[in-house]
Amino acid sequence: MPKGRLLSRCAIHATLIVFAAFYLVPLVVVMLNSLRSTEDIAHAGVINLPRHLVWSNFSQTWSSYCISEHCTGIQPYFWNSMRMVIPATIVSTMLGALNGYSLSLWRFRGDKFVFGIMTLGVFLPEQMRLVPWVIVLRDLGLFNTISGLVMIHTVQGLSFTTLFCRNYYVSIPQDLLKAARIDGAGFFRIFWRIVLPLSPPILIVTVIWQFTGIWNEYLYGVTFSTGEHQPITAALIAFSAHLSDAPQYGQQSAAVLLAAAPTLLVYLFGGRYFVRGLTAGAVK
Amino acid sequence: MAALRIRDVWKHYGTVPVLKGIDLAIDSGEFAILVGPSGCGKSTLLNIIAGLDTASQGSVEIGDRPMNGVAAKDRNIAMVFQSYALYPSMTVRQNMTFGMECRRVPKRLQIETLNRVAKLLQLEALLDRKPSQLSGGQRQRVAMGRALVRDPLLFLFDEPLSNLDAKLRVEMRMEIKRLHQRIASTIVYVTHDQIEAMTLATRIAVMHQGEVQQFAEPDTVYNRPANLFVARFMGAPPMNTLPARVMAEGGGLFAVLGGGDIRLALPVATDAVRNYVDREVVLGIRPECIAEPTRHLENGAVTLEAMVEMTEPTGAETIVLLRLAGHEVLARIAPDIRLRAGEAARFSVDTRKICLFDPETERLIG
Repeated sequence: MPKGRLLSRCAIHATLIVFAAFYLVPLVVVMLNSLRSTEDIAHAGVINLPRHLVWSNFSQTWSSYCISEHCTGIQPYFWNSMRMVIPATIVSTMLGALNGYSLSLWRFRGDKFVFGIMTLGVFLPEQMRLVPWVIVLRDLGLFNTISGLVMIHTVQGLSFTTLFCRNYYVSIPQDLLKAARIDGAGFFRIFWRIVLPLSPPILIVTVIWQFTGIWNEYLYGVTFSTGEHQPITAALIAFSAHLSDAPQYGQQSAAVLLAAAPTLLVYLFGGRYFVRGLTAGAVK
Repeated sequence: MAALRIRDVWKHYGTVPVLKGIDLAIDSGEFAILVGPSGCGKSTLLNIIAGLDTASQGSVEIGDRPMNGVAAKDRNIAMVFQSYALYPSMTVRQNMTFGMECRRVPKRLQIETLNRVAKLLQLEALLDRKPSQLSGGQRQRVAMGRALVRDPLLFLFDEPLSNLDAKLRVEMRMEIKRLHQRIASTIVYVTHDQIEAMTLATRIAVMHQGEVQQFAEPDTVYNRPANLFVARFMGAPPMNTLPARVMAEGGGLFAVLGGGDIRLALPVATDAVRNYVDREVVLGIRPECIAEPTRHLENGAVTLEAMVEMTEPTGAETIVLLRLAGHEVLARIAPDIRLRAGEAARFSVDTRKICLFDPETERLIG
């Protein structure tokens, strides 16, 4: 390799490494602090290496720490989030797939208009939808329930899941549908037997997208639920507010990591499918 | 019995008419081919027959049963698509039984039918493969197998060979013909390839701009094209069409080309042709009717001299572009005769298959 090219190659890599490190610093700080005792942090500063590893931060925050007078740790809120995110992800993905299928493969009068309205939901800011949701939840008696949050996230997720699935399904050739119609298959049989088996790449994308989006969502969680019905994102804030008089960065960091663990795991295991699925067509 | 009857079918997309009053009656056991350039409406017509598209006006009957409002699945048809449209996630076996499963055919009968068709098309070894593991020709056979398991009143083929390479296309063409001879079913087949039409059809419907130009046996379409469009579309290389003048002399009729130096005796002297005496016509003559001087001798052919402009040897024959009365004309000569561009040569012209067309209506006169 000529010297000039080697030099520029080194410069590029150095720059990239610097940016990557910069981006990773918060995660590293949180990870290190989650293993440090409160005294250690108070003594040696927030940004430092652990003097010795304190694993008990995790077990304490998980099951015994007190949040607004409830000394149960973050465990119940974690399961709240799970009970919210799993049904909302599954239902919104299935409905999105069904929407996308009918919008892309069964043309009907006004289909473009319906699709336009649905994707408009992608661009509506969350705050704008708060008041309408308050009214809906009140009238349905779902205020401060996990079911209410499941409903909100399912309905709002439809915009994204429909957009993803519709754009994926347009690459399915019309001839496949014609063949199936002549074979005698109807709307749902074609969906179930022909379209769905082609869908894993895009379903993985929508599941990852919905799971991380709903898990990390904060505004609705904190607005529509209180006390023991809160999802973990809202509970985390209560946790840190409670600690404000005597900051316990060790436990807080552990709580943040535990709360982030599901999305991190989803990313680690599904990230490559996510990228692959976004660029894949239905039929090669 | 008419297996398929199409009456005055129109199709509009918005205000644009795509089909303009199609009338066709196809007999049982016929291999009918709809042929025409792209955009002529042939695929739209096939989709209307299949019930995948609806006509703006007119009716379709399959097996003497009116099909208005009958869904595609209830028309007792089977269709083979240009893209094959095999279900990608199913095996060959599942692809072929899917339709029977939808129609709730008993399992035992499904297996019997599958085995019979798989044997007929030599698909037995492929039954557990997915479409992505098959070659183009194999996919084509599976697509036909999926149609055959139904034993329908009508098979519809939508350009089934155009995704294959040239060699395979010829093989599959023969296979389809053999299949038709064996099972004697009624087939409506859409193609833009006039050679496929000539080789396969019992009758050809030549379509252009949403209208059937001619519906007749391949022989008739080739030798007595109904109009100039058909004459120029069918045959490769296409029919030569030249302006000429009809003359009567000594009881016989002649076509005079150019300034009068070339006279070709006309084979038919019907009243229709006599009406055109001393009038301008378009003379059509197939390239194979113009050949080396030794070819047509016993038929009392005319020989004439013309300038050779270009030669295209194909191996089996040589296509010669020559200049006749100021017009470019194609001839087909034996391959071992070497003509040189820029030199004059003698050709014999077989006048028995000359066609005359009206220059205004472009219709065949005689």
